[in-house]
Order: sequence, then C-alpha cells, then structure tokens
Amino acid sequence: MGRLDLPFVVAFTVLMTIAPLFLNAYHVDVLNSIGLYALLALSLNLILGEAGLFNMGHAAFYAMGAYTAAILNTRYQIPILWTLPLSGLVAGLFALAVARPVVHLRGDYLLIVTIGVGEIVRIALVNDVFGITGGANGIFGISRPKLFGFVIRQPQHFYYLIWGFVALTIFLFYRLKQSRFGRALNYLREDEVAAEGSGVNTAYYKLAVFGLGAAWAGMAGTLFAAKMTIISPESFSFWESVVLFMIVILGGAGNMAGVLLASFLVIGLPELFREFSSARMLVFGLVMMIMMIVRPQGLLPARGR
Amino acid sequence: MEEFFQQLTNGLAVGGIYALIALGYTMVYGVLKLINFAHGDLFTYGAYLGLTLLTSLALTDRLGFALGVLVLVLMVMGLVAVLGAILERAAYRPLRESPRLSAVVSALGASIFLQNTLMLIYGARFQVYPDDILPAATLHVFGLYLPLMRVLIVLASVLIMIALYLFIQKTKIGTAIRAAAIDQGAARLMGIDVNRVILLVFLLGPALGGVAGLMVGLYYGQINFTMGWVYGMKAFTAAILGGIGNIPGAMVGGLLLGVIEALGAAYISIAWKDAIAFLVLILILIVRPTGLLGERVADKV
Repeated sequence: MGRLDLPFVVAFTVLMTIAPLFLNAYHVDVLNSIGLYALLALSLNLILGEAGLFNMGHAAFYAMGAYTAAILNTRYQIPILWTLPLSGLVAGLFALAVARPVVHLRGDYLLIVTIGVGEIVRIALVNDVFGITGGANGIFGISRPKLFGFVIRQPQHFYYLIWGFVALTIFLFYRLKQSRFGRALNYLREDEVAAEGSGVNTAYYKLAVFGLGAAWAGMAGTLFAAKMTIISPESFSFWESVVLFMIVILGGAGNMAGVLLASFLVIGLPELFREFSSARMLVFGLVMMIMMIVRPQGLLPARGR
Repeated sequence: MEEFFQQLTNGLAVGGIYALIALGYTMVYGVLKLINFAHGDLFTYGAYLGLTLLTSLALTDRLGFALGVLVLVLMVMGLVAVLGAILERAAYRPLRESPRLSAVVSALGASIFLQNTLMLIYGARFQVYPDDILPAATLHVFGLYLPLMRVLIVLASVLIMIALYLFIQKTKIGTAIRAAAIDQGAARLMGIDVNRVILLVFLLGPALGGVAGLMVGLYYGQINFTMGWVYGMKAFTAAILGGIGNIPGAMVGGLLLGVIEALGAAYISIAWKDAIAFLVLILILIVRPTGLLGERVADKV
C-alpha cells in the first residue's frame, strides 16, 4: 500500500461500513462469508504469500480454533468471544508442533505433508478423537456471542464483528509486513540460501510464521463457530484448504489488497450465480484456469521494495 | 495368517492401482516440475469412459472376456491420453514460463472443471459397473482363495509397470524423457525436442491413469465423479513417498502405500485408514526428506 492507494483504502472502508444499511440479510450473510474467508486467506497469505511456504492444509488450523472455541463454550460455558485468544493459542501451538519436524522440507514435499495434516485432523474429528469432538455430527448449541452485554444475533451485527476483525487484521499484518520480521519473510521467499547466508535464521522465521498464520486461522475458526452455532468436520475439508490456496495465488501472493479482492471473487461470485447451480462450479473451474493464464502473477502482484 | 495374506494381496491390488496413477504424477513432475492436480480426474474419466464403452459396445459379450477387456483397455488408454494432451495444451502450456504456483491453481481449476463436466453428463450418483463381466471365480493359490479379479489386477499393473520401466530405460525415446527430466536446457542442446517429450509424458501418464480408473471400476464395481480427488491424493502421496520425479519410486511408493493401508485398516482401525497412510508418509519424510528413492538435492548457491 503506497501513498497513492490511500483514497482507495478510505473509499473501500467507507463503502464497507455503510454497506449493510443498503443490503438485505442474505447479501449481508454472503459478505460475512467473504469476510471469514478473507480473514483465513490473509492468514494463509503470511505463510504462503509472504514466506513462500507451500501450505495446502490451512483448514486444519481453522478447525483447531473452531473446535477449541466450541468445546470450551459448550462444556464449560465460557463466552464464545472470550475463547478467541485461547483458540488462537491452541491452533498456533498445534501448528508449531506439527511444523517443527517438517518445515525444512522442500516445496512440494511440504505441500503434501500439509495436505496430510489437514486430512489427519479432519479424520480425527470425524472419529470423535478423545470423545470431545462429537464425531461426524460435530458440536451444536454453541451460544451466541455477547459484546458488552449486547447479544450478536443478526447477520448485520455479525457483519461488523467479522469485518471489524478483518480491518484489525489488515492493519496489524500491514505493520508486520513493514517490519524486520516481514522483510525477513520476503527474503526467505525470494532466496532461502541467500537469506540464510546473510544471517537470517530461516528455521526460526519459518516456524514463527507458521505459528502466527495458524493462530490467526484459529481465531477465524472461533468467529465461524460463533456465527454458525453448529460446527462439523465437513466444514474443514480439503476443499476449504484448496479454496484458500486459490484465493491467495489468484489474488497475488504477498499482496493483501489482491487477497481481499480474490476473496470477493472466489467466494462472492459463485454465491451470486446460485440459480445456475449445476453448471456453476464448471464455470468456476474454467474461470480459474483462464484467470491464471491471463494473469499468471495474480490479480494484484506483490510489489517489490 | 489367512487374513493377513488376504489383506496383503488386496493391498497389492490397490497399491498397483495407486502406482499406475502415481506414475502419471511423477513423470509430469519430472519433466515440468508441475503437480498435475487434474491427473486424478483423468483417472476418473478412465473409469467413466470404460463403463460407457463396456455397456454400449458390449465388448466382453462379443469378443469374450480376455480379448474384450484388452480392447477396452486400449480404447480407454487412447481416449484418456488424448484428453491428457488437450489438458496440457489448454491449461499448462500457456503457464510454462510462469510462477509454479500459478500452474498449480490452473491445475486445480482444470480439476474442478473436469469433475463437474462428468457430473453434468452422468449425474452425481454412483455409477455401477456390470458385475457379470467375469464369473465370480476364485483362484486357489498356495492354499489361499483369491478373487480372480484381484489376481488379474495385480498381474496387469505389474506387467504395465515392467513395460514402462523397460520403455523408459532401454529405448531412445525413454532416454530422451529421462534427459529432459534431469536438465531441460541441456537436453534441448543435445537435439531433444523437449516439447515432444512433454507431449509424450502427457499421453503416457493419463493413459496409465485411465487404465487405473478402469481397474477401480472392475475391482470395486462402483465409481463416482469425485473419486479422482481421493485416489489422486493417495497416488500423489505414493509418488512423494517414493521420491517424486523418480519412476521406480512411484511404483514402490504405490505398492507400499496400498499394502500399508490395507494392513492398517485390518489390524489398526478402518476408520483411521486414510490417516494412517498420511502418518506413515510424514514419518518417512522426517527420516528421508526426499522420499524413499528420491535423490538428495543440495541447494545451489
């Protein structure tokens, strides 16, 4: 984001702030979905876009957060929004534990391992691991979130919760990108050997970014659980990881505005074409191919510094 | 013991199918460094085309089982190979000079497109292979009663793999494929038409995947338009297990994965079957980061 982009940022923020006033509940709900995916895609963008680590199992961390929140809420009656930091922590620690032995693997090997982790988590949830995940039915009866005594129930209210979190995320990740940490990640992506050679502790940064991205996905999971009040393993399938992967690459790996734009296109457009239900996904696949051929660098490629 | 050998042979049959699909992944990866995510769907096309040809042409009725299935296999191989070549032309060639992940997303798009085309044509329900192609015979080998279809699938997949291995190792074209996999630029300087090698790889791999699809149809009797993702993921795991880009590696990885899965499902837990396969993969990669037969590549400075 350069200085020239400021008018766009302001215009977008104003537009998004007043949008629910003009839209019906269904469209606001679509925007809520887009917001959740944007949140997840932004967190994946840290790992995949900024650091260049191939991760196609992001749904696993999302699931960790959602289930942590759901279990704490339904078993111990902890208000759902209070579980936010803990969900992030659980997802982040899980990612650190998983990534520690494998994060040094070269690109495609890491890709299949993350796919494997995603599948293992999903299968564990289906098999009711430790007897707390509710098996294939999942967990229901998650209570509505409460903010300062106000119960969030309508899509319009969730809208501000979700997009408020998106705005906060963008601000924080933008600061992170400008920092020494962000520069180290980009160095890692561009040339790992050179980064190591210039004294960047690549193993540390790889692990750190995995943990951070996963923690953020975990918090998005909490918001998802709060919004749906029911969660089940099928919400965290391989397909979700694939969609997030496509959003990041289509948008332009390492460019937050691009990732945001791609979230709108990839999640929003299929929703708008619901009436063509059967041919919808066929067109979606075709459009994906054409978009990548027309803009191989993504819609808004990351700019060098 | 009886149970163990039954599971072992079952694992080998499934493993042979995995290996045939994995070969397509590994050959494409070897030459293009591209994960062809649509490969699993070409495999599904093999299964559906096989079913359509089998029922509409009644090949086994007219030509007898052996000749009928052989003709069927050749037709499926040919058709899926052409499909593979079209896929390469449409989805991958325009992206050859682009960042690698763009090609991956294009592959995912192609996969979604292919899957949904099948769904629109055949419908979303499971399709059933006729079960009267082969008399439900069992073979009596070493005191075991094995289903005839299982034995045939193991034999056929091993035979195809041996043929491919000889082709890659002993013929001039095979040498060209190996050369292009090691160093495309140098291969080009040696007078190898790399574009033709890529085309050939995109004919061979899908042909093998198509046969594997046909085998799944004949073995399990049920096919679904989404099965390409499950089998594709398993076969990709197998290719990585053996060391991606390495042709014998894909064969070993496929057979090994099939056996591990079958034994894991029988002796540990059937519900955790898929998780066991991935867990084994992760453990092997921790010990050998480039797979069982993959070469260790040093980072160049």
